[in-house]
Amino acid sequence: MGLTRTSLAAETGGTGGARESEYLIALMGNPNVGKSTVFNALTGMHQHTGNWSGKTVGAAFGNFSYGEQTYCIADLPGTYSLHTHSAEEEIARDFLTESAPHLTVVVCDATCLERNLNLVLQILEVTPRVLVCVNLMDEAKKRRIRIDLSLLEKRLGVPVVGISARRRQDILHLTQRIAEAVDSPSGEVYRVLYPESVNEKNHGEADEIATALVHAAEEIAADVVYAQTVSKSREERIDRIVTGRVMAYPVMLALLLIIFWITIVGANVPSSWLSAFFTSFEAPMYGALTAIGAPVFLAEMIVYGMYRVLVWVVSVMLPPMAIFFPMFTLLEDVGYLPRIAYNLDRCFHKCSTCGKQALTMCMGFGCNAAGVVGCRIIDSPRERLIAILTNSFVPCNGRFPLLIAMTSMFFVSGSSALGSLTGAFFLSLIIVFSVGVTLAVSALLSKTVLRGLPSSFTLELPPYRRPVILSVLVRSVLDRTLFVLGRAAAVAAPAGILIWILANVKIGSGTIFAQLTGILDPIGRIMGMDGVILLAFILGFPANETVIPIMMMGYLSAGTLTEYGSLTELHALLIANGWTPMTAVCVILFSLMHWPCSTTMLTIHKESGSLKWTALAFLLPTAIGAGVCILLNGFACLAQRF
Amino acid sequence: MLSTDNFSTPTVPMCTLKTGECATVRAIIAPGSIRRRLQDIGLIPGTEIRCVGRSPLGDPAAYRIRGAVIALRAEDCRGILVEA
Repeated sequence: MGLTRTSLAAETGGTGGARESEYLIALMGNPNVGKSTVFNALTGMHQHTGNWSGKTVGAAFGNFSYGEQTYCIADLPGTYSLHTHSAEEEIARDFLTESAPHLTVVVCDATCLERNLNLVLQILEVTPRVLVCVNLMDEAKKRRIRIDLSLLEKRLGVPVVGISARRRQDILHLTQRIAEAVDSPSGEVYRVLYPESVNEKNHGEADEIATALVHAAEEIAADVVYAQTVSKSREERIDRIVTGRVMAYPVMLALLLIIFWITIVGANVPSSWLSAFFTSFEAPMYGALTAIGAPVFLAEMIVYGMYRVLVWVVSVMLPPMAIFFPMFTLLEDVGYLPRIAYNLDRCFHKCSTCGKQALTMCMGFGCNAAGVVGCRIIDSPRERLIAILTNSFVPCNGRFPLLIAMTSMFFVSGSSALGSLTGAFFLSLIIVFSVGVTLAVSALLSKTVLRGLPSSFTLELPPYRRPVILSVLVRSVLDRTLFVLGRAAAVAAPAGILIWILANVKIGSGTIFAQLTGILDPIGRIMGMDGVILLAFILGFPANETVIPIMMMGYLSAGTLTEYGSLTELHALLIANGWTPMTAVCVILFSLMHWPCSTTMLTIHKESGSLKWTALAFLLPTAIGAGVCILLNGFACLAQRF
Repeated sequence: MLSTDNFSTPTVPMCTLKTGECATVRAIIAPGSIRRRLQDIGLIPGTEIRCVGRSPLGDPAAYRIRGAVIALRAEDCRGILVEA
């Protein structure tokens, strides 16, 4: 779950899967059992995305080898049962039946083995080629839970391995056992005894089937699990605070504030270093281009157009992302995100939507496209659609630099610790506002085009876990930061060229850029902004990161992006072009509420499968953003008059 | 499924449990989809559960069910009858 290279690549489509000579292994398990940790540990960095049977899925593929043999392993979405509820579970079940993997590794949580066995038993009914991997043995030991693995192996009739995924030697052992299991023939496996009234094909007897499964799991667990009941677990004490009546919301806000504060403070210095570093290449690059005989316009287009926009995107985006993403991943790994959904569920319930929308909303802070893909965790199609349509109301990482720049320039004085704390405070306020808008629009949709009652809601609050710091860093930096940065850069380079052409090619009396801003200016003015800003938002459709550089280029008569010196210079430039704090407020609001970026739009189309909903996803935030800006600006003008 | 007459003590809806209270599930009269979900997490007649807390706005509440903590909305567990 979350923004990973793989979850995003799932919607952009990829090729892969198992080659003929490889063994295909499926990795399954309940949600929150550390399945992804096992997957990452097994495959290291050798992961790729793939599809099978011509159908692109949200499954990640990876390779590992043991001896001479290479194994392709598919990380399937977490699932409680094979009886379909959500899109994610459907993926897992279809993979088992359609791709017929050579071996299915079912990851179980040693601290609640009984419920996990329920899924194991269901999978054993589909295929006997199963290996049960009991993870979190260290956690279980801490809670004085002992599991007789060899007895479990005997009862189930399939190999059982107990591991702690964070221990290297355990993973090696698992690899070895997988290799053995793939080669050995399958034996007699455990069969659930259903009452005679149950005919296997008869779904009318669902209750009896479910009861028989639960009882079978209960019986096996009673034999193999020795547990001393702990009266009050550590979780319950922590939860009493972070989900308690008094402290829950203050803790959430404080965490938000701290994350933003660290991001702002930590990103400032590296940002200016990176900028200075990359800018120093400009002159030599220009010199080299002209030396090899490139025409002046080409050299200028490449250096002042493409390269400068690229430098801006890298130096402004990389440091905050490299700080924000690891902290966010940390919260995810510790197990705090489900608590956010738990705390906010009442609000989403009131809006007739699913509390898990809080989770997809959190994913949207990283990247809205990933948030939209994440909406698969929501069972009800109606609630899933609402979550998809409202995801872009929370600012993604591409919009944070603009929000940070606007708040620091117009609402924070000085760059002291107090100044950055104020900046973090304003940013938190913006986030709270965007969550409010998400709720309001969700309620609006539930009352109008997507009318309906809230569906049922079950959310697991997993135990708090000590995160594997190294894995957090590797995953957040490699998977998230570099991926998002790479995408932004890929878009920024051609955008830089396009903007340079628009700003330098003259038609009639002025450049194309000037002509366009002239046309847009009246509309921009009504919204409390101007033509340049509006054009920057429009040209920023492929990547929101480029909005500020385009704006700067528009204001500078030179027609190229100015060197990014400091925010003070940018502030002076904006003031000289008639900006007021009111303009900044309108820009912030419009940045929060306008069309989603092109990647998100494509993802929405893919996930909703309908042009109608995609169009609504475009129009809804745009109309609301424009409306709010027009109203606010109107009131401001009236207030000035009286 | 629903026959309460053979129980020694009267059953109450699960959503009325207070934090810290334990109970045994006696009957599930919830409809289709939620019923399947509850069965997946091991909630069937005879299952012992404990209410471990409430979210800050009072709903949903968290229950310990077969070793895991699951949050359920009052609306959804009104149809789960438990015996304290």
